[in-house]
Amino acid sequence: MIKFTNVFKAFPKGGLALKDVSFHIAKGEFVFLTGHSGAGKSTVLKLIYADEPVTSGEVRVSGFNAAELRPRDVPMLRRRLGIVFQDFRLLEDRTAEENVAFALEVTGARRSSIPARVMRVLTQVGLAAKAQAYPRELSGGEQQRVAIARALVNEPTVLLADEPTGNLDERATRGVFQLLRDINASGTAVVMATHDLDLVRQAPYRVIELQEGALVYDSSVDEPREAASP
Amino acid sequence: MNLTVRESLIAFRRAPLLSALSVTTIAFSLFVVGLFGLVAVNLQNALRGVAERVEIVAYLLPGTPIESITLAEKDIEAFPEVQSATYVSEDSALARARAELVEFRDVLQELERNPLPASIEVKLRPRFRDVDHVNDVSDRLRGFGFVDDVRFGRDWVEKLDRLRGIAAAVGIVVGAAFAVVAIIIIGTTIRMAVLQRSREIAIMRLVGATNGFIRRPFLLQGAIKGMLGGLVAIALSYGAYTLINRWLIQAAFFSKEQAVAIVGFGTLIGFFGSAASVGRHLRRV
Repeated sequence: MIKFTNVFKAFPKGGLALKDVSFHIAKGEFVFLTGHSGAGKSTVLKLIYADEPVTSGEVRVSGFNAAELRPRDVPMLRRRLGIVFQDFRLLEDRTAEENVAFALEVTGARRSSIPARVMRVLTQVGLAAKAQAYPRELSGGEQQRVAIARALVNEPTVLLADEPTGNLDERATRGVFQLLRDINASGTAVVMATHDLDLVRQAPYRVIELQEGALVYDSSVDEPREAASP
Repeated sequence: MNLTVRESLIAFRRAPLLSALSVTTIAFSLFVVGLFGLVAVNLQNALRGVAERVEIVAYLLPGTPIESITLAEKDIEAFPEVQSATYVSEDSALARARAELVEFRDVLQELERNPLPASIEVKLRPRFRDVDHVNDVSDRLRGFGFVDDVRFGRDWVEKLDRLRGIAAAVGIVVGAAFAVVAIIIIGTTIRMAVLQRSREIAIMRLVGATNGFIRRPFLLQGAIKGMLGGLVAIALSYGAYTLINRWLIQAAFFSKEQAVAIVGFGTLIGFFGSAASVGRHLRRV
């Protein structure tokens, strides 16, 4: 489903953001992407959602080959992905419901189908009661749930989450993480970049660790390690 | 309602101040262009009025038979440059002189013999009222055997020619400069509107909106702003025109076609300005 083969990514000003990274993520998997800030976690995600071109190597995502991607294929690729960020990226002047509906509208969904689909995902993330609230009226955890609802509404096969709990307190973090686990349990693959190792230890999921752009540990191929984490 | 239309209108509602600012900027830029256009239009009208007085007079030898004159008149009127050729007999020349030259009325009354020659007055079509054509026609008039002399205000026609040349040159250069300034200002305003919504654009891209989809509301919005700006500019110009007309000089306003052209110009600038701004933005991010 997501396959990196000897991927290199150069920074625009020289130096390598990723060095010879290879891994394969299967359908329905839950994968933690860990490492210090600057290790290359976000870069891996950006290559997956085609925000940046690959320097060398091969990136395949859900049938698309990043190297052969034409500009007009990019939106099609992204419609198969759900993307969530640390800073939520909601539109401040639209309600929760409108923020989620926005993702359907811009992809040309049938208008009559939109309200029901929006309510279904808002219910799924536990925010049906706050559909009419604006982002500023919601807590951080709630805003992130709206963002997750927006990512889910197009029924993606993969959910990419870049430090989704980075701005949240512990309680909200637990709630959002549990939500991601539920989403994964219903069949959607989740790739979550995080440096919150407590979270990583809580769940028996696969861990891919990056260090200065290189893949240094992949729990699916390497020996399990208990104390090696930084 | 169509999503593009809805998103365009939402943008007006969400950023009323910036929208109003864009429309105002476009309106005033076009207003300046329009004012200049008014000056140009009126200057042209004035020059055209002056040019109407371009006239060639062919004085005839005394005793020319009236049949020859009538025939010549027809011939002259058939010249492609000529609008009208009018025979003025000796008597009517004298009558006219009496009427027009009041100071000499006494002298003219006491004349025993009419000293004024008969003539054919030739008016040229508007397009041909310049030195070259006037010369050309004069030469042809001299070819008639019974024509004694041909007169036209050479200096005057030459000056008129020069004036027209200057007016055209100034009109083109200053008009183009104003238009370029208007385009730059309007382009900048539209760019601000795009940048203001760059976050929204980024999110649209993230959730898989195509570039065309992102672009469309901006184009429609730009065109609407440009059109509104054009209409306001026409209203402003009309206000200025009314004031000038009342207090300063009799002036002409734009014809319907010219007014439509200004609004159309605004609409096009709005449309293409938005296309350029959004296009650049989409390529960059």
